[in-house]
Amino acid sequence: MITRDLLLAVRRRADVATTLLFFVLVASLFPLGVGPEPNLLRAIAPGVIWVAALLASMLGLGRMFAADHADGTLEQMLLGAAPLGVIVSAKAVAHWLVSGLPLIVLAPVLAIQFDLPREAFFVLVASLALGTPALTLIGAIGAALTVGVRGAGVLTALLILPLYVPVLILGTGAVDAAAAGLGVQAHLLLLAAFLVFAIAFAPWATSAALRISLD
Amino acid sequence: MSQPGEVAHTPGSMWSGRINWFKYSSPQSFFPLAGAAVPWCAIPAALLCVAGLYVGFFIAPTDQQQGESYRIIFIHVPAAWMSMFIYLVMAFWAGVGLVFNTRLSGMMANALAPTGALFTFIALWTGALWGKPTWGTYWVWDARLTSELILLFLYFGYMALAAAIEDPRRADRAAALFALVGVINIPVIYFSVQWWNTLHQGASVSLTRAPTMAATMFLGMMLVALGFWMYSIAVSLYRVRTIILQRERHTEWVADYTRQHA
Amino acid sequence: MNWGGLDAFLAMGGHGFYVWGSYIVTFALLAIEVARLRRARREAMRCVKPGTDLQQADRS
Repeated sequence: MITRDLLLAVRRRADVATTLLFFVLVASLFPLGVGPEPNLLRAIAPGVIWVAALLASMLGLGRMFAADHADGTLEQMLLGAAPLGVIVSAKAVAHWLVSGLPLIVLAPVLAIQFDLPREAFFVLVASLALGTPALTLIGAIGAALTVGVRGAGVLTALLILPLYVPVLILGTGAVDAAAAGLGVQAHLLLLAAFLVFAIAFAPWATSAALRISLD
Repeated sequence: MSQPGEVAHTPGSMWSGRINWFKYSSPQSFFPLAGAAVPWCAIPAALLCVAGLYVGFFIAPTDQQQGESYRIIFIHVPAAWMSMFIYLVMAFWAGVGLVFNTRLSGMMANALAPTGALFTFIALWTGALWGKPTWGTYWVWDARLTSELILLFLYFGYMALAAAIEDPRRADRAAALFALVGVINIPVIYFSVQWWNTLHQGASVSLTRAPTMAATMFLGMMLVALGFWMYSIAVSLYRVRTIILQRERHTEWVADYTRQHA
Repeated sequence: MNWGGLDAFLAMGGHGFYVWGSYIVTFALLAIEVARLRRARREAMRCVKPGTDLQQADRS
């Protein structure tokens, strides 16, 4: 079950490329918008990189259930033997591998673009590593609620962006603290706690949402 | 067949109270009950608001620090309370609808959302107009206002989701799930926003900090809050009646009703 | 508390714009909500015209 979605994801290398491209593009828009002043860019870097990552991750959510819904596989999954929670988790993992992990890998490059202090690099990667899976899990709930609905993309964004706020605040807070030389333990622990909360709760909510959408 | 609301007088009639309750969970039997309740809530609402504003403008003293602009508090705080309270009630009915699979609960949640969103907007609007004379800017990213803004987004998300799905049952259930996910996240969002606010500002700017609130100010606020609460109940019951008429328009009792009240 | 006349009441110590701006918008919004509710109910009542063949109304 997991391998199926992973194989599909790996084959769609184009999706990884477009996600990364979007990530870099959005982040690059900010210096164009606010000016190249290094101090300003250094100050907004954690927020900009995090928001760009958040949006890039969100863009890929449409893919999570759409293809399977279109050809009827999703309905079969609901009736099938495998528990829905496992199916949903597999899809979340696949989504993160395409729309989360690449961002984590590319983030240090963007950090260099914004001249983020060296001390903050590791924390940036760590915060994204803890945060992007949480974003995927929460996003899955939104994607499941809007399966087959007209205008699902924007609607999903409207639904889950408010729910993304805690992760965004914790993630950027961690990087800001690292850049200022302060302790980051509390931030990363809270991020980890939120991720655990998401792992425990989100697949169940997503399954419930799928049942509502397809019954 | 018994009329809606009629209690069966069986030998085991000590359970009649419970039978009565579940009878009202059908749209048809709830409809007249809601209709009767609306004026009983609307009139006290108006009276309480008038009383509260009278206290607020003619009995409560001028604030030493803020002058007369503080009088906005008599709507701002009650509206904020209502915005949060209505969301909780909405989430409650959403949960009941999902668990017990009752149609009426989903309709009630739908009926509450617009009023909750309205009070959230009023809280934001009055907060902005209070902020300008007090802090110099129309918008302050303090924890309370920012949380209210996110709450407004949650309301809009609920309403957009319910409106986007064509099948009413699926729309109700999807929106209900979203409301529940939202209600669990609201404390998390609130605390993270509060934390964010203290991170970025030395002294946290709080529009509702009134350390020395005269008793009369508090009384005025409470009266208006109760008035808003009664208003919300009246308006939501009125709205759910319209929703019932729309959803149940294929039934005979609705046809009879519209014929009688055309 | 006595205001020194209507002028002082309206001026609100120089903050009249903010105070009245809040109150007027608030109660206007509440009034608009009630008005919209009444209109929605009237439309719903019209939806099922007396004597309409319900099945035909479905198809239209």
